[in-house]
Amino acid sequence: MSVPTHPPSVPLAIDDLTVAYNEKPVLWDIDLDIPEGKLVGIVGPNGAGKSTLIKACLDLVPRASGRVMVYGESYKKQRGKVGYVPQRESVDWDFPVSALDVVAMGTYGKIGWCKPVGRKYKKLAMESLDRVGLADFAHRQISQLSGGQQQRVFLARALAQDAQLYFMDEPFAAVDAATERAIVTLLHELKDQGKTCLVVHHDLATVNEYFDWVILLNMRVVKAGPTDEVFTAEYLKSTYGGTLSALSKVGDALKQTKGAIK
Amino acid sequence: MNVDAWMDFEIWDVLFLKNYNTRLVVLSTFFLGISSGLAGSFLLLRKRSLMSDTLSHACLPGIGLMFIVVTLLGGNGKSLPLLLMGATVTGLLGVLLVTAIRNTSRIKDDAAMGIVLSVFFGLGIVMLSLAQTMGGAAAGLESFIYGKTASMVGKDLEYLMWITVVTVILCVALQKEFSLICFDENFARSLAWPVHFLDMLMMGLMVGVTVVGLQAVGLILIVAFMIIPAASARFWTEKYRLMWMLAGAIGGLSGWVGASVSAILPRMPAGAVIVLVSGVVFVFSMFFGASRGVCKIKSRQIHMRRKIGRQHFLRAVYEILDAQQTGGNFTVSIQDLLEKRSWSRKQLQKHISRAKREDHIETVAGNRIQLSEAGYAEAARYTRNHRLWELYLIRFADVATRHVDRDADHVEHVLGPEIVRQLEEELDTTLHGMTPPESPHCIVTEGSI
Amino acid sequence: MIWMEMDTWIVLVGVTCAIACALPGCFLVLRKMSMMGDAISHAVLPGLALAFLITGSRSSLPMFIGAAVVGLLTAVFTQWVSQFGNVDRGAAMGIVFTILFALGLILIVQSAEKVDLDASCVLLGNIEWTPQDLMNIGPLEIPRALVVLASVMLLNLLVILFFFKELRIAAFDPELATTTGFNAQVMHYLLMIMVAVTTVASFEAVGSIIVIAMLVVPPCCAWMMTDRLGVMLFLSAVFGALSAVLGHMAAIVVPPWFGFDDSASTSGMMATVAGLLFMMVWIFDPRRGLLGKKVGKYILNRSA
Repeated sequence: MSVPTHPPSVPLAIDDLTVAYNEKPVLWDIDLDIPEGKLVGIVGPNGAGKSTLIKACLDLVPRASGRVMVYGESYKKQRGKVGYVPQRESVDWDFPVSALDVVAMGTYGKIGWCKPVGRKYKKLAMESLDRVGLADFAHRQISQLSGGQQQRVFLARALAQDAQLYFMDEPFAAVDAATERAIVTLLHELKDQGKTCLVVHHDLATVNEYFDWVILLNMRVVKAGPTDEVFTAEYLKSTYGGTLSALSKVGDALKQTKGAIK
Repeated sequence: MNVDAWMDFEIWDVLFLKNYNTRLVVLSTFFLGISSGLAGSFLLLRKRSLMSDTLSHACLPGIGLMFIVVTLLGGNGKSLPLLLMGATVTGLLGVLLVTAIRNTSRIKDDAAMGIVLSVFFGLGIVMLSLAQTMGGAAAGLESFIYGKTASMVGKDLEYLMWITVVTVILCVALQKEFSLICFDENFARSLAWPVHFLDMLMMGLMVGVTVVGLQAVGLILIVAFMIIPAASARFWTEKYRLMWMLAGAIGGLSGWVGASVSAILPRMPAGAVIVLVSGVVFVFSMFFGASRGVCKIKSRQIHMRRKIGRQHFLRAVYEILDAQQTGGNFTVSIQDLLEKRSWSRKQLQKHISRAKREDHIETVAGNRIQLSEAGYAEAARYTRNHRLWELYLIRFADVATRHVDRDADHVEHVLGPEIVRQLEEELDTTLHGMTPPESPHCIVTEGSI
Repeated sequence: MIWMEMDTWIVLVGVTCAIACALPGCFLVLRKMSMMGDAISHAVLPGLALAFLITGSRSSLPMFIGAAVVGLLTAVFTQWVSQFGNVDRGAAMGIVFTILFALGLILIVQSAEKVDLDASCVLLGNIEWTPQDLMNIGPLEIPRALVVLASVMLLNLLVILFFFKELRIAAFDPELATTTGFNAQVMHYLLMIMVAVTTVASFEAVGSIIVIAMLVVPPCCAWMMTDRLGVMLFLSAVFGALSAVLGHMAAIVVPPWFGFDDSASTSGMMATVAGLLFMMVWIFDPRRGLLGKKVGKYILNRSA
């Protein structure tokens, strides 16, 4: 095999990934190597295939071509090393479980089939909840939590999963300021532990502040690399195009960028 | 159940409806098929198909109750209009209850339907068991559960004709209203349309068809009448008008054919045969439907995967040749190709043999392949188109998502010659567009907007 | 009301059946697949008929296997039609079960001379007759239906205890379940097998109305009252048992009020009572009920 191999230290390597729903290609020829221990923002306009990219990595949508390697192996073999935070709307929040139950779900993979959730794992779940500042809400039913709290429960679940590589689908969507701060703190904690996070992100104004690596996506990778190299006017324009609203967003974002650099 | 009294009839008698009974049954099921096909289309489009199941079960207590009340009052408990009236009342009540439960509690649509269905059906069984104690007259009531096509009377046909006429008239008169409500209820509301009224009208049609057809085919099989023709029609077309017409036609024809078959063959209950006939139509449509059939979609997928594969392969070859700067010498080593993309040796072999079949490859010698003249031209074209597309996605990123369903092959078609010319200029094509431009990955995009 | 030993047996059979159904029913309701019970219970008809035709006897085991296989096939076909044909899941269910039901009807009518099977006894069952068919367990004479249903109930209970967290995660978030290594599809079919086996076991004795009602109504009552899955399972069993007991009593007591001398159908009455219980919870539940909510607020305001 002379296929380019990726050393086991690369958390995520994507080669030639093309994804199509029915006949419509939504992602074209994606080639990415994500370095370890970075907070990576996936940025792009609506319909650019950001969520699809994550789902294709997790085998949740079929790929038309290409290959995804997690720490040098196929995703199937490395499932235990990967954590996933889906979009909040993807589950029924009326479901009869408490916040602690949801967080404990993150440990199910380690517990294995049939065995009940032991005290050790309950403790782990409780600690994770504590880390997102929701220890007091552990026994609340999830529908009684606010949107931001629900998002934090999902994050705590990802923490409990204790993965090396995290995929997060819009964790910042429609959350309150407290939650946003909590998520950022958490991301940095994860980073300090040498973990890698891929985060789908909407708000251009905060990209610079939150992420040290950026993937600009618009059906194909426009540019990927360290934030200060990639998050520039040029590349943003080629990602978002020239509509007025997009331009003003880009302008705002750049102002932020300059401010941040200074 | 069904008596095989029709065995003696000649097939021709059945086909030409010479016998009164056959005529009655065949025409009744024909009309029932048309009207249920039409009414079922709305249910399918609104993803509420199983509502028909709930509704038909909810009719039962009305029938039982009406029978008991009328008999106690000294009337004829089996009077068809009265029984159907009872069925309509509880049927509508059931439909309203589903909506009420869904809107006022955490119980979801499916469970609300399950609750109403099972409880009303249980209540119906209670009523029937009580009616049974009132004497022999109640014996026929069970036909509402299983259907008794053979025992249909002239009144049934008359009602079925009327409901069909009403359904067709409403569908023709209110086609744009109904279709908009199926597609986007809130928009219809913003137009200040009486959405509630139209909704009730649609539900009313469904109730009417169900109630009238109940005795003919029974409360379980009527569900099939409502769902299967509409679902079959959906595989053939994306146009709603055509879909309605097809659903009506499939329903009507299944009714006609099924009833005829049941008249010709011994011991074939008409309702069940009709459902099987429409089931066959459904399976056929699901596989061979012209617009959403499984075969059609699979073949489109395979076609697309091949096309992507071919484009990747030829582009990879072209890019290697381009890098080698060996224009005239068209050979490329397999090793280089393997390194270029994430192909396994086996996949690459497949691409090569396919390219050979398509005359894109001249020779394969040892570890090197050589493109044919045509193959080189094709590779150049793909590469050029691909780069044009990439540039377009960058230049017009805001509008580009509209064209995601196009591929590199259709660049002129989709974008129009004007934009393509503009892009080509930008790509600095000097050699008559045949030699592909530099990859835009390294093109600076300043002043692009 | 005259209560006899027979009535105790009937109620016991009803209670075990209700509990056996309510347990998997909770997961059906939570997975938004409540109508699957209805679909499966109608669709098993051809399985019963085929087993009948092949073995030529009404013995339980072949019929049980035939029906359970067809029940599972219903789930598989529904999945295929909705996945490959891209048809809405509800519609797919309706298509599959009505076609299978029609097939069963034809099989039964075609072989009417050879076998004595009637669609109505399959659908409506006859819980009133279960005490007639006794079998010996040690020194005791117990209705056969009770033995069958009790074993199914235990089986369901064991499966749910063993796979509690798997069933829960697959119902709550199938994608997460799949990415953590518990294939949601596998759990789906496990649940479908449970429902099919329960449905089939309940048929012979009590008919399908009880099954459909008990799969959906008690779990819904329970869900309205609690936020814990464990509690919900327990409450749904309680509601199921309650509807069975009250249902049989109502079948005896209520008809005379309206001047009927005979009792009404017990299985129908059990479903009806379950529905009444649901109405009560829906309206009077102190936290979420239509009226209960208002009353609760009123009391809060007064005490504040």
